Amino acid sequence: MGEWMTVTDPDLSSESKNICQYTSETKMSPSSLYSQQVLCSSIPLSKNVHSFFSAFCTEENIEQSISYLDQELTTFGFPSLYEESKGKDTKRELNIVAVLNCMNELLVLQRKNLLAQENVETQNLKLGSDMDHLQNCYAKLKEQLETSRREMIGLQERDRQLQCKNRNLHQLLKNEKDEVQKLQNIIASRATQYNHDMKRKEREYNKLKERLHQLVMNKKDKKIAMEVLNYVGRADGKRGSWRTGKTEASFFLRNEDEMYKILLNDYEYRQKQILMENAELKKVLQQMKKEMISLLSPQKQKPRERADDSTGTVLSDAEEDAGELSRESLWDLSCETVREQLTNSIRKQWRILKSHVEKLDNQVSKVHLEGFNDEDVISRQDHEQETEKLELEIQQCKEMIKTQQQLLQQQLATACDDDTTSLLRDCYLLEEKERLKEEWSLFKEQKKNFEKERRSFTDAAIRLGLERKAFEEERASWLKQQFLNMTTFDHQNSENMKLFSAFSGSSDRDSLTVHSRPRQKKPHGVSNGSPVCTSKLTKSLPASPSTSDFCQTRSCASEHSSINVLNITPEEPKPNPVGREGTNQKWSMASRPGSQEGCYSGCSSTYRNSHVEKDDLP
Amino acid sequence: MNFSEVFKLSSLLCKFSPDGKYLASCVQYRLVIRDVNTLQILQLYTCLDQIQHIEWSADSLFILCAMYKRGLVQVWSLEQPEWHCRIDEGSAGLVASCWSPDGRHILNTTEFHLRITVWSLCTKSVSYIKYPKACQQGIAFTRDGRYMALAERRDCKDHVSIFVCSDWQLLRHFDTETQDLAGIEWAPNGCVLAVWDTCLEYKVLLYSLDGRLLSAYCAYEWSLGVKAVAWSPSSQFLAVGSYDGKVRILNHVTWKMITEFGHPATVNNPKTVVYKEAEKNPQLALGRLAFPAPRAAASPASNTESKYEIASAPVSLQTLKPIADRANPKIGVGALAFSPDNYFLATRSDSVPNAVWIWDIQKLRLFVVLEQLSPVRSFQWDPQQPRLAICTGGSKVYLWSPAGCLSVQVPGEGDFQVLSLCWHFSGDSMALLSKDHFCLCFLETEERVGTAFGRPGDHT
Repeated sequence: MGEWMTVTDPDLSSESKNICQYTSETKMSPSSLYSQQVLCSSIPLSKNVHSFFSAFCTEENIEQSISYLDQELTTFGFPSLYEESKGKDTKRELNIVAVLNCMNELLVLQRKNLLAQENVETQNLKLGSDMDHLQNCYAKLKEQLETSRREMIGLQERDRQLQCKNRNLHQLLKNEKDEVQKLQNIIASRATQYNHDMKRKEREYNKLKERLHQLVMNKKDKKIAMEVLNYVGRADGKRGSWRTGKTEASFFLRNEDEMYKILLNDYEYRQKQILMENAELKKVLQQMKKEMISLLSPQKQKPRERADDSTGTVLSDAEEDAGELSRESLWDLSCETVREQLTNSIRKQWRILKSHVEKLDNQVSKVHLEGFNDEDVISRQDHEQETEKLELEIQQCKEMIKTQQQLLQQQLATACDDDTTSLLRDCYLLEEKERLKEEWSLFKEQKKNFEKERRSFTDAAIRLGLERKAFEEERASWLKQQFLNMTTFDHQNSENMKLFSAFSGSSDRDSLTVHSRPRQKKPHGVSNGSPVCTSKLTKSLPASPSTSDFCQTRSCASEHSSINVLNITPEEPKPNPVGREGTNQKWSMASRPGSQEGCYSGCSSTYRNSHVEKDDLP
Repeated sequence: MNFSEVFKLSSLLCKFSPDGKYLASCVQYRLVIRDVNTLQILQLYTCLDQIQHIEWSADSLFILCAMYKRGLVQVWSLEQPEWHCRIDEGSAGLVASCWSPDGRHILNTTEFHLRITVWSLCTKSVSYIKYPKACQQGIAFTRDGRYMALAERRDCKDHVSIFVCSDWQLLRHFDTETQDLAGIEWAPNGCVLAVWDTCLEYKVLLYSLDGRLLSAYCAYEWSLGVKAVAWSPSSQFLAVGSYDGKVRILNHVTWKMITEFGHPATVNNPKTVVYKEAEKNPQLALGRLAFPAPRAAASPASNTESKYEIASAPVSLQTLKPIADRANPKIGVGALAFSPDNYFLATRSDSVPNAVWIWDIQKLRLFVVLEQLSPVRSFQWDPQQPRLAICTGGSKVYLWSPAGCLSVQVPGEGDFQVLSLCWHFSGDSMALLSKDHFCLCFLETEERVGTAFGRPGDHT
């Protein structure tokens, strides 16, 4: 605001200055009150000084004016112009110094006042323009207010009008609705009227027809006739027969019989068709089941055989199913009794197949994700073999070391005096020691690695245990359900049992996680039909899934090994750190050729199984 | 494809005998019987007046000629040319006449549907059936000729009577739950009778031979309903064409709807083949260059050759704006027919008069759409194979088979406007009927036909 104050044109400023001079007394900011007071008192004074200077002091009235001035000045608080009178009656002398001081002070004061005045004036100007602006604003706002008020009134008016219209429309709508209702009523009444009329008309028409009929027929119209040269024989060669009153009933009965025969034939035909269709569908179903069994059996059958080969009495699941199938051929006789079983078994197998396919899908997707670097990862199976083998090696080494130590001690104890021989022996021993030390360090390192490995495996085992518990629960519930589902039919029961066993055999214990954790595991048929095996597996829990996986992968195809690896890796609590990967890789490479002896030498039976199986397969 | 010479004809009366040996045609009041193979005139009968209707008896031994105006029916025998029979309905009048399936009885409907007179050719007996209903399709015989169903109207209620044809005894009589019965039709196996209501109400009722109501079907209410009904030859499906432009297929087990086929004006599915008939410009020898024929020139009378072009997926068909304030609006599916092997269903929506839809019944989807240059008059399936003949009132006949389709110009001087056609039962030939001429069209044997397809306008 200060800026546009300064730009005001001089005329206006001077004018406003004048105005200010006369109006400032009334309009003063309280802050500058003092200076203003000074100013307003000083301005007339200075004017007086200028205008009345000549008139104020003349030669004659110097004394008077001096005294006047003195008086004035003293009243304003200046020191007296006269010197301090020594005596009372002595004539006071004019003190020039004081006068000059006073003058100077007055001048200073004057200048100050002028300055103040200027300030005040500019401020005044500012305020004035402010004021103007505000007034303008005020005016504008007032105008706005006015217009908006007018607008509001207008809107209110419109609103009112609209409301009015709305009310009218509502009224109209109501009227229309009434109209519609009325019209509907009219239509309904018309419809009934029309129907009524129609009926009446039709009746009349019928009457007319009747009448016409009578008229036409009763006229004994000679015209209504048939001229035939001679009557022809019936198409079927029989003599034309026309019903007579006597035979009518029998005719009717014959006709009825015939009709029902036709209907029966039709129904029989349809039934036959449906039967055929059913048979076909059954065939398809059986085929499907067979195929499903054959598809699923290699996974569960083989381990089972391994487990049961000692007894050899227990049939494999596939064989059981095959037996079932042979019985299924009798289904054509009674579908209802077997239907449930069939659907159940199919459903089960289908579920297994589905989960299997899902897993395969997952694996495929994983392979796609991971590309080709999955070769670097080592399967759990390899790990286990490695650890086992290395442990064995360690044991052997330890034993060797022990024997060597014993030998050393013996030799030391029975030390020969032969220096040369001893020396020779010493140096030999040193060399040996060095070598042993090296070996020791290596073994230690390996041991450390094993410890790490073991820890990870125990973690996995704990997890597995938890999962198994969950599955056990699930299985219990399922079993319960199964028992509840069993019907009274013996045949069916046995069937159910078989089905159940087949199912349980396929995915018992560890591998029962098929349904609960379809992503983690496959429906690998780990051969745990026998409790011995199971316990073994539970003991070496971390080993079991991998062995089974191994079996499965071998059975599937060799290229699936990488997939299998992928499947396992998420199960490991901690994936191999990058640094260790290299060593792992080395192990696996080392173990593969030598795995057979390693396992034959001292592994559990499951291991042997897996290798035997591996031998079987291409 | 060969064509016979053109013969005279009146009132579109030309029929092959059921055994396929003879061809009957009418010229004014003369009935001409020809041999189908040689086309030689075998017999020539002269009736008392202009013939309005002819019908062969089922054994092809007799042929009846009805002269409705005079209330007369004359029957001729092929075996004994001197044999004759004349039935005079006298003052009762005559509006319809037909053979019974045994070929020994004639059913005459008198004027005002007062009664149906059953005349026997074997005995001198006459019997009457009262109260026949005047409707679209009131008499239906089973395919084996054993039974006849007749729609009746008594006491303002619809009834159906089932007669045994052998002795005209009433077997069953029941009232139907219809407002105003419009038609009845037996299933080909003769065990189910389909009954449909007037167009004001969508209602299809299915009755067993013994009069039990098997099922009632209603697709919607408050709108115009059933327009046409067709059974599949296997009796497995019942196709119901309605005024909403849809065909609904009912199955024979539950009598529920399996699917519905809409007839939209645009065909969007790229799997559907759309054959569009296009004018072939005769001036241009480069006919193969698919020169776009000017639509304006597509008058049915034009003698230019035409061919089919395959239109690519979204295809919009020409539609007819129905006049809403007139009775019998041109909307809805008015014609439908199953192919003899049950695989295809041909339909025509009256609001898209130029198109024939062919549906694949195995896959229950639209298979082919044929769009003609002029409204389709009629179509008929070859009785032996899935082959559809179409005529549009122009000088061409159109054939479709799953292998493709072709358009054939009927040769001969002047315009031969094919208004109707009928197949010989062997499927080797068909009769093409125009207003006052007819000719036979002989189709090649299977292997020749294969080469003929795709070569439009191929005729000798």
